[in-house]
Order: sequence, then C-alpha cells, then structure tokens
Amino acid sequence: MKHYIMIIACCLFNITYGQNCNYKLSGNVRDFHDGSAITGATIYIETLDRYTTSNIEGNYTIENLCKGLLILEVSHLGCETKRIEVQINGDTQYEINMEHHIEELNEVKIDASGNPKLTKTSQETQLKTKTLERFSAFSLGDALKQVSGVSSINTGNTIVKPVINGLHSSRIVVMTNNVRLQDQEWGIEHAPNIDLNSAGHINVIKGANALAYGGDAIGGVIVLKPKTISLKDSLYGKTILGAQSNGSGYNVSSSLTKSWKKGWYATGQGSYKRFGDFETPDYYLTNTGMNSKGLSLNTGFETFEKGFNIFYSYLNNEIGILRASHIGSVEDLVNAINSQEPFVKDDFSYDINAPRQEVTHQIIKADFYKRFKKFGRLEVQYDFQNNQRFEYDVRVGDDRDKPALDLTLKTHTIKSDLKIDSKTNAIYKFGVNASLQNNFANPDTGVRRLIPDYDKYDFGIYAVSDFKLGDNTNLDVGLRYDFNRIDAKKFYRTSRWEERGYDEDFADIVIDDLGTQLLTNPVLTYHNVSASAGITHQFNAHNSVIFNYGLSNRAPNPSELFSDGLHHSAARIELGDLRIKQETSNRIGASYLFKNEKLSLNLESFLNHINDYIFIKPTGTELTIRGAFPVWDYVQTDALLYGLDVSANYKFNKQWFLNNKTAFIKGRDLTEKEALIDIPAFKTVNSIGYSNKKWLNFNAELQSELVLEQNAFPDNNFEVFIPTTEELVLLDISSPPPTYHLVHFESDITVKLSKKTDLNIGLNITNIFNTSYREYLNRLRYFADDLGRNFMLQLKLNY
Amino acid sequence: MKTLKNLSILFISALVFTACSNDDDNPEPVNEEEVITTLTATLTPVGVGPSIILQTRDLDGDGPNDPVVSESGALAANTTYNGTLELLNETESPAESINVEIEEEDDEHQFFFQVTNSLATFAYEDFDGDSNPVGLEFTVTTGAATGTGTLTITLRHEPNKNAAGVSDGDITNAGGETDIQAVFNITVE
Repeated sequence: MKHYIMIIACCLFNITYGQNCNYKLSGNVRDFHDGSAITGATIYIETLDRYTTSNIEGNYTIENLCKGLLILEVSHLGCETKRIEVQINGDTQYEINMEHHIEELNEVKIDASGNPKLTKTSQETQLKTKTLERFSAFSLGDALKQVSGVSSINTGNTIVKPVINGLHSSRIVVMTNNVRLQDQEWGIEHAPNIDLNSAGHINVIKGANALAYGGDAIGGVIVLKPKTISLKDSLYGKTILGAQSNGSGYNVSSSLTKSWKKGWYATGQGSYKRFGDFETPDYYLTNTGMNSKGLSLNTGFETFEKGFNIFYSYLNNEIGILRASHIGSVEDLVNAINSQEPFVKDDFSYDINAPRQEVTHQIIKADFYKRFKKFGRLEVQYDFQNNQRFEYDVRVGDDRDKPALDLTLKTHTIKSDLKIDSKTNAIYKFGVNASLQNNFANPDTGVRRLIPDYDKYDFGIYAVSDFKLGDNTNLDVGLRYDFNRIDAKKFYRTSRWEERGYDEDFADIVIDDLGTQLLTNPVLTYHNVSASAGITHQFNAHNSVIFNYGLSNRAPNPSELFSDGLHHSAARIELGDLRIKQETSNRIGASYLFKNEKLSLNLESFLNHINDYIFIKPTGTELTIRGAFPVWDYVQTDALLYGLDVSANYKFNKQWFLNNKTAFIKGRDLTEKEALIDIPAFKTVNSIGYSNKKWLNFNAELQSELVLEQNAFPDNNFEVFIPTTEELVLLDISSPPPTYHLVHFESDITVKLSKKTDLNIGLNITNIFNTSYREYLNRLRYFADDLGRNFMLQLKLNY
Repeated sequence: MKTLKNLSILFISALVFTACSNDDDNPEPVNEEEVITTLTATLTPVGVGPSIILQTRDLDGDGPNDPVVSESGALAANTTYNGTLELLNETESPAESINVEIEEEDDEHQFFFQVTNSLATFAYEDFDGDSNPVGLEFTVTTGAATGTGTLTITLRHEPNKNAAGVSDGDITNAGGETDIQAVFNITVE
C-alpha cells in the first residue's frame, strides 16, 4: 500500500514538472567512418512534426522541447535515413552518426537491383535469384553451369559436383551463409549438400584469391547467401511449384519472411523434391530416383551498427544410383562397356533401392557483429555442422538393409573477421578461424572402413587489404596462414601395410597388432601459406581489365591419404598414400571486360601451375577371388591448367538479344608429358532470346549447347583376360564419348494477380530433339546414356 | 582497445574448445561379414577312385596378396563325379559358411562352370523355388578326351536366370554381378 501511494505521488510530481517545455537538444551529425562533419542533414522531429538541418560544422539544435521521448528521423543525400529515439530529461547533447558509404550500405540493406561483388580483383560472377529459381528442381551443380568456365563432374544426373576451371572436390570451397561447408567433399560421388532454394544469390570466385574464405581453394570459391531482407515492416513470401516429365518429378519450395523496420527479421523456408527413374531417349535408368527434403530458418537483428544472425538448415537427400553401375569384377565392366546398354532396364518406378545414398546435413550458425566508430566492423561467428552419410550397396542375406558406409562428420568452427574501413582509400580485413572436426566410421556396417576415424584441427589467420589507387584503379593484396592437423586411427591389413612399404617408413605409428591387421595412429601436420594480389583498372566507361595472382596450398584430404579398398562402380582398387604432401598452386588470371549499351563482353583467362598435384592413376593389377582388378594409386605430379572463359551478350533492341558462353580449357601432366584426366571438353552455349514487357512480361530463349569430344586424355586402357571366353580383351576406360549437340527452350510470363501478388509461369524443354549422348565427366557414362527430352512446368508465386 | 579485448576472448575460447575435445578411445575392428575368402569344390567319383579337391583361398580379401589356388589331383577319364561347393569367410573365427546365405537366396545366385578343351560337361543338381539352377551341387562328367585345361567357376549375384541359355549353364546372357571368379588348372588322365 505504501509503495502504491509512493508511485502515484511520483507520477503526480512528474506530471507537474513535465509541463516545462524549455529544454534543448543539440549535438552534431558526423560520418560514422571517419568522424567528419555532415553538413545539411535533414532532421525531422516526428513527435512534433518539425524540421531542422545541420549547419556547416554539422551542428544542430532543437529548442523548446518538453520532457519525454523524442523521435528523430535524420536523412542526408547518400546516407541511409536513420531513426533515433532520444529521451529528454533536460538540456541534452546527442551525437548523430550517419553512414555515408553507399557501397557499405549495400552490405546491410540491398535492393533487388544490384548486389555487390565480394571481391574487387577476382574473376567473379554472380547468379541472381531469378536464375536460381529456374533451377529450383535441380542441384547447385546444375545452376552453377550457367557461369562460363564452370562445369560439373556427375554420378548420374542427381549427384552433381561443380568443377571450376577443371578443378573440383576439395579444391573448391563452398560457403553457405558464411559457413564453410564440411560434408565429405573429398568423395567424387559426394555432391555438395546444399538446397539451392535456400540461397538468394550465389557468387562464384575463380581461383584462390578470396583468402578470407580459405587458403586451399585452388579451384575457386562458391559463396551462397540467403536472400537479402529489406528492413521494413512487412510480411512476404514465395512459393515455387514444379513438375517435369523426365523422372515424373515434382518439387515444391516455399518461403515466408517477416521483417520489422527496427531491424528484426525471420525467414522460414522449406522444399521437397521427388523424382522417379529418369529416362534416356531409349530406356529408363533403373534406380535413379531421388527424394529430397530441405528446411532452413534464418532469424536475427540487423542495423548498420550492430546485429546478429541465427541460422539453421537441414537437408536430407536420398539418391538412387543406377542399378547397372554396380558391378563385381573387371569382366562385368567389360560387358557393361561393350554392351552399350545397361544390363538392368526395368519399367518406371519411384522406388529407390540399393545402390543408394542417404545423406543428412545440418548446420547451426550464430554470428554477431558490431561497428565501431571511426574504426570498422567486427564479426564473431560460431557454427556447427553434422553430416551423416549412409551408402547402401547391393548386399545379400541379413546385411541387405545394412549400410555399407556409415560416416558421421561433425565440425565446430569459430571465426572472427575484422574490417577496418575508416579510411577512404583503403579497406583492411583481418580474420582468424579455428575448427575441430571429428569423423566417425561406424564399424557395424560389416565392411572395412573406407575412411578411418579421425580428429582434424584447423587454424587459419589472414589479412587482406584493398587500396584505391586513384579513381579507376583498385589494388588488392592478401596473406594467409593455415595449420591443419589430422589425427587418425586406421586399421591396415598387414599385407597392405607391407606392400605399401609402411612397415619401414611408419613402424612407429602401429599401436596394436591384431594378427591379420594393424591398428595405426597416423598424425599428419601441414603448414600452408597462401597469398594473393590483384589489380583492376577501368580505362573508361566501357573498358576495364583485371590481373591477379594467387598462391595457395592444399593439404591432402582423407581420401587421398587413407583410401584402401575396392571401388565397386569403377571396378578398381583405390589406394591412398600417407606420404602425400600438400599441393601448391600458382595461378595467374587476366580478364578484359567491355560494356556499352548493346554489347557486354567478358573474357577471363587463367594459367594455373600446380606443384605436386594430387590425382589418382592406374599403376598395376591385383588378383582377388573375384578376378583381377586394376589398382589406382593416389600420386603427385606437376600439372598445368590453362584456359579461356567467354561470356558475351548483345542486345539488338529492347526485345531481341544474343548470348554466348564458351569455355576452353587444357590440362597437362608436366612430368609424364600427357593430358590430365577428367578435364572438361570445349563447350559453347549460344542462345537467342526475346522478351516483351507488354505481353505479360514474356521472355523466351532458344539455346544451343555444343560439347566437343575431348581429344586430350591420358590412355589408361588395359588388357584383361576373360576366363569365361578365354580371350584377352582391351578395356577402354579412357576414350571420351563423341561430340554432342543439344537444343533447349525456356519461356516464362508473369501475371499480376493482385497489388502484391505475382504469378510467374515458366515452360522449359531440355534436349528438345531427344538426342542420345554421353558426357565425358559423367562417371556413369560407361553404363548408360544421358537424359532424354524433358518438359518442365514451373509456377512461381511471389506474395 | 575493446576490439583487441574481443579478439583475445575469441582466441582463448578457441583454445579451450580445441583442448577439451580429444578422446583417445581406439576404434573397434570391423567384423567383415560378406567377404568370401575361400571356395572349395569337392568332386567325388561315382564308384571307386580318389576325390578331387579344388580350392582357391584369399585370406586378405581385396588386399594385395593373390589367392592361393590348389588342385589335389587329376580327374579320371570317362568318369562321373558328384560335386559340391563350399564357400567360407575365413576372416572370421571360426570361419563362417556362406553356403547358408546362398541357399536362403538361391533365386538370386547361380554358379557357372566353364571348362576348356571339352574336357568335361557339367549338370546342375540343385534348383531354386522357380526350378532354376543354383550350382552348389552338380555333376561333372569326363569323356574319353584327356589332357589339360582350365575350369572357371563363376558366382553371379542377381543374374537373369530366364535369359537364353542361362539355365543351361551358359553365362553369356546372365548379367548380374560377379561375386567369385576362380580359375583352376585341371588335368584329365
């Protein structure tokens, strides 16, 4: 009761004195970065509906204020409008900091028109939301092929690994929402576990110049970012529905975003894809269906000065692998290659049987950033990833439903980035990261571990800076150090241990002798230094050039070190080597860009010299109870890759345009003086397009895709004796398939359903002429043709 | 200054979390369940005479050592032998018989016997539920011809038993995957 009276008394007291309206609010308006005064900023006092401006020194004064809360809206040309709440309890001083860098602004609040490039002097291409939406039913690797110079290495058509300028797997870093993807990317049949629908845009950076993302990205970096959220009070969403004839597939993806003007936001997104057996022009590809479920949640708070983000993503992919690709012996492979058709061709089915993969990838991330006045921006991030991979093989008896491979990869990472941008002509970035990774190979599979249990420790530190040399020239330099340590526990067959000569070189790492096998504890440590430098110069409004150089080192991955066993679909024994050292890449890139109203042209050339390039090659044969198998060893050589990527667009007028994307690449083994294996063939994609805004925003494009036969390849063919026919047969595993030409068509219209709702209807046809073909970089090319014609219908609703 | 403080906090937490996450448990060895290390064919003559034992044994599975192949003796001309096959996984102790698994899934397995120089003919003696041959039991009949040649015993998993010639023991159209392919040098005297 006593308190109650007190409170009332206080309120009365307040009211009485609150009537005094002679207070003054004053201060100055300054640039957040360098602290300079901002002249002529408009200050609108929302609560009083009054205006004032800052003077030449940036000072402002607002008089005759009452006690209470004051809401100000401060605006200035080239600055983000700022809302401020000031509590007036008497004469008050308040300094207003404005953000004066347009480019910086984009990082926080981006409109649909232009996302900035992540780097200034790299060969970088961005895929925008509209392009990604077209690939809603497909995988990351399919969408990235829209970038000239990016191809893919496939296992069938649902396991698609991106290849940047001829390099893939561990040579490419994939970043999703600022998390470096750790998903057993060493495996050639392990596609990145990314739901394309969770990305708003993707930047592809060729080469290792983006040191902030890692020092080992010899091939390049793929950066996926969620759709940027405009900070206003709104609720909006998007739904994509798709159906396609080939594989009788359907897909749905939906997202909903709620955002608040004050900076809070939350987005939820889910997608589901289902495909049955795909078909070639002549037969069904039995057991090639797919079942994919994805979910992501992204929430946080964002203002110019500070913010945080919490992100969770879940992706579960169940992927069938062509039944006919599972073979038991070299003789089976001979039969498969010679028969030209798969030995299992059943009717269409949605069933996914062995061989199949089931992979679940989860990411949890939390980050926090703060900007410091006259200094820069500091960001701290923690992320955890859990990758669970099951691979089911064709097995018998009780083991039928047991996975043959059961790996759990857990990765914790903490990192911090500091960006110092208070100076107008230079931006400095520093960062550190530390991660711990644990791989667990479940022994219950009843199959020897392909990859052993290991703990991996990584530590990285980098500094990059970007200098503005005059109005038209930018210079980037960077340096990075990485430490990698892998501590594994691996069983070796005693016979293999001795055959490899490990008993002489690594006798000290044996920790247990079980008779026929040895338990060993290899601990391998790598120190890597990377560096980059780049310069870009704009000659005039139309012409500009980029030159860059990157030095990078990549430590061998678990597969290159530890592989030890029979690879079923390849009918070969693959052996890693504990003695493998890191590989070192020196890459030079040069680009020329031309742009005027009609023509835009981008020529990107590169030369990549890789010392101790790690790759797998045949070295002999071994006899087992299933017959003789070729042995493929991971070895190192010096390699040289060079090439030219062209992208050009010519607009005849507002309606018609021509587009060209061409990639030429050569890869040489400098030691053996022969071609490198698995280098993409020459490819050129030419299209003619028409769009007309008056016809419901109609767009149509007819595309011709020409892929020439790869003439540069190493000859790994060998002769095998087939006991059943008593013949010596040449097994041709090297010759690439012939040239092919495909024609595709895509079109779409947009209908406005209401003020806030758009419906986009897309119709695409791929491989219009139902051409039979095989692709050199599809690992199932020995067993079956590639896909035939496909009709796709897509409905996209923005609301 | 504040920035430095934040950075140092970060370093310390990095150290803490790497330091506390090491476990030194050794992994268990894998119990290899499906490996076939050993195939033994026992040929017992109808009537008198010694039994012939043909064996291939590869104790390190897919390891570098070659299988050890042995033949106990020569077959007699103009003789019929009752044959049986025994498949073992000797990486386990005691050795596990794989015959049981094949018998349980006999519709998905078939052995093929191929002999050169027309030294013998083979006939199946065991059949699956669809009356298609399996081959764990068989007969070998030698003719008048004598000499040396090879006998190839192949086990196919998921062959197409209905394809032309397959149920008669012709491997040409069988398809499926090879689980065993053993080649023996045989002599008929």
